[in-house]
Amino acid sequence: MSPRAAASFMARHRTGLSVIGLSLALVPVPLILTNPWKLGILNLIAVHAIVALGLNLFVGYAGQISLGHAAFFGLGAYGSAILTTAFAIPPLLAAALTAAGVALTALVIGVPALRLTGHYLAMATLGFNIVVHNVLVQWDRVTGGPSGLSGIPPLAVLGLAFRDEVRQYYLLWGAAMVFLTLSLNLVRSGVGRGLAALAEDEVSAAAMGVDVRRGKIAVFTVSAVFASVGGSLFAHYMGTITPDTFGIFTSIDFVIMVVIGGLGSLWGSLAGAAFVTVLPHLLGPLEDSKDIIHGLIVVTVLLVLPRGFLAGIADLAKSRLARGRSAMRSPMA
Amino acid sequence: MSSLQDFTQFVFSGLTSGAIYAMVAMGFGVVHNTMGIVNFTQVDFVTLGGMLLYGALVSAKMPMTVALPAAVAGVTLAGALVEFAGLRPSRSRNHLLLILLTIGLSIVLRGAMQRTWGKNSMAVPPLAGEAPLAFLGATIMPQAVWILVITALAMSLLVLFFRKTTAGLAMRAVASNPTAAAVVGLRVRRVRTASFALAGALGGLAGILVTPITTLRYDVGVLLGLKGFAAAILGGFGSFPGAIVGGIALGLLESLGAAYVSSAWKDTIAFLVLLLVLFARPHGLMGKGAGA
Amino acid sequence: MATVAPNGIILEASGLTKHFGGLPALHEVGFVARKGQVTALIGPNGAGKTTFINCLTGLLRPDKGSMVFDGQELFGLSPHRIARLGIARTFQNLGLFPRLSVLDNVLCGLSTTAGDSLLEAFLRTPSLRHRERRLRLAALEALDTFGLADRAQWPAGALSYGEKKRLELARAFVSGPRLLLLDEPVAGLNPDETERVGTLIRQMRRSGATLILVEHDMDLVMSVADHVVVLDGGRRIAGGAPEDVRRNPLVLEAYLGKISVTA
Repeated sequence: MSPRAAASFMARHRTGLSVIGLSLALVPVPLILTNPWKLGILNLIAVHAIVALGLNLFVGYAGQISLGHAAFFGLGAYGSAILTTAFAIPPLLAAALTAAGVALTALVIGVPALRLTGHYLAMATLGFNIVVHNVLVQWDRVTGGPSGLSGIPPLAVLGLAFRDEVRQYYLLWGAAMVFLTLSLNLVRSGVGRGLAALAEDEVSAAAMGVDVRRGKIAVFTVSAVFASVGGSLFAHYMGTITPDTFGIFTSIDFVIMVVIGGLGSLWGSLAGAAFVTVLPHLLGPLEDSKDIIHGLIVVTVLLVLPRGFLAGIADLAKSRLARGRSAMRSPMA
Repeated sequence: MSSLQDFTQFVFSGLTSGAIYAMVAMGFGVVHNTMGIVNFTQVDFVTLGGMLLYGALVSAKMPMTVALPAAVAGVTLAGALVEFAGLRPSRSRNHLLLILLTIGLSIVLRGAMQRTWGKNSMAVPPLAGEAPLAFLGATIMPQAVWILVITALAMSLLVLFFRKTTAGLAMRAVASNPTAAAVVGLRVRRVRTASFALAGALGGLAGILVTPITTLRYDVGVLLGLKGFAAAILGGFGSFPGAIVGGIALGLLESLGAAYVSSAWKDTIAFLVLLLVLFARPHGLMGKGAGA
Repeated sequence: MATVAPNGIILEASGLTKHFGGLPALHEVGFVARKGQVTALIGPNGAGKTTFINCLTGLLRPDKGSMVFDGQELFGLSPHRIARLGIARTFQNLGLFPRLSVLDNVLCGLSTTAGDSLLEAFLRTPSLRHRERRLRLAALEALDTFGLADRAQWPAGALSYGEKKRLELARAFVSGPRLLLLDEPVAGLNPDETERVGTLIRQMRRSGATLILVEHDMDLVMSVADHVVVLDGGRRIAGGAPEDVRRNPLVLEAYLGKISVTA
């Protein structure tokens, strides 16, 4: 293959190649990073990344807002936990059933909620999260109350149980790569463009033939399913789940992951998930000031690079390049 | 106790919490009207009020008559500072961004309070008197009376402020039409800072009044504040009488619901109401019409 | 699907009425557009021209009246349904998506033909990829026609005003709509850009498109329109061939005010 043909191939397939590239880079990590505690953090990042990707599609791409996605994360976790412990349903099936149930919930909530915009929508999602969290705490017969559920078996496929950190690593990051691919595919399709269009201008998008209402509900449901799967994986990974993991502050954390990585930047969501998950562990002596630092970073990113870290840098680069190109073409401009 | 006495008790309790919710709701409303955003730091103003009162009374050993106004003044200042340092620098008009910004600022505020006062619960001395009073057969704490009295006073002062003072008029002008207000020479930025300060005062006062009853902790304002928000939505977000109506309605719903239906789900009531209102009638009981 | 013969009536509106709180924006307006022709809609500011377009495209719901497009009643249909019938429009104040690339904006114009299901999109099936390639080619061709090919990757918000107006046109035109509604396509453009758009409109007409053109620029209207309808104060006051309308005293009065004879 000639160099030009190779370059053209790489440009056309750059998305797929990037995913493959990242996957290859991830493969040897457990062999290098043998500390199980550090590996554990990486595993948590993978779970959070899945939720963040779905949330980014809804918030970053379709321009909506949700402060309650931890509710779907929690429903996914509890759904899988209850089905596998109380009903002995195999984990994969349980996760699928849970995801279906969560999708239905998202539809039921989404239809009235997505008629709202801006802070009304934000507060509806927040209210939903609080109600779900309260149910998880109060309905102790089913959910185990404030102490939650334990004894959740690790995920097993065809007799192969993902029990230790290394196996979990491959499972969770494999799943993350799958969801990354799905998200990237969505964004590059006509459906994805329709979402981006409705985020910019709903009236104009409708005039282009985009069914705005259906689009919003669809992407909301998709993001809920992502969160549910993340929750199911989380439950099987942790073995024990409690309600306080699924409150509004976790929802806010997910939004922060998306914002820091860049609204609309899917690769950025991975980075954002990594950043927010790792941060508390990096602070060491500053542990007490965790919240302040957390908050200050959010505020700084929003003030300085409102499009998020990665996207903001990409924007700067793009506009420099564009200006450079036009300057070259018309030296007297 | 007879059931009528019980009922009176619950009604009173509902009115008391309702008054607090109303004040918090008004704090949300003021900022929403002048800036068009939901200000998440409002919940922390509530906490801060309690914290500053505690600091003034216990650490600085001031008498209540000095400590209370000092605490209010402190939160007022904090409110202005949050707007000046945290929000003004943002040139964005994107609502999502601004909401997230106030969330970030709220996290910073809460973290700062946690660093300063720790994570433990603290007891705040009540305004005056600990002995319960008897009223219509119900037993009420004097603090509850103070809450109702001071809230009513604060509301009246607020009405006077908005109707009779130039500053209040300026705020209403900016709320109504910021461009026109700027054109006629009003300092829109200053008004916005002032509205944040006012929101701080309202939230702080609510915290000062209620934390002697509930306990004081670095995150006590969150639940209270969110319920205040629910009250604001119920009454009509941004509406002044709506905040009062919504607050009282929510307080009563909560109190009577907890008493006669189930107390375990008390905290859920406010948010079920919130969802119901948002889904069925987003502009609330007294709202000016659909708007987001 | 040529269900309408060339020069046959493709759109007929009758009795169209829309009040805004007591003020009549449109009152019993009748309108006919013929296939393959350019029908211009003119009138002073506030005459109801954009209101008319908004009613046609489902953005506004008329109080009463009917709008029949090729046998299909448009009354009560939502905007995206109407778009999917093959009616495309431009916006007076631009309805571009500023943060999307120029190419993506035009691709959005092809949303009605994209027709992916969510599953197809997630799996990126070969048929979807094939469709994407075709759409991309069509979009690039449209960009070429409208002189924006070298701006394809720019964010739409970075274009000059004249380029944005052309992008708006390209986006409406690319799907080969059966009816194209242009709302003041040359407003705010300098004479060169106006001339350029005029040429593009004539090109579109030559390719068989049916256009309804809302405009103030009389030169443009006279040079491209086959038929002109005049609105004033929400009422239709005249309609006919361009030269006739131009000389109609009612029309002159509407634009210039009542001409009184002074001694």
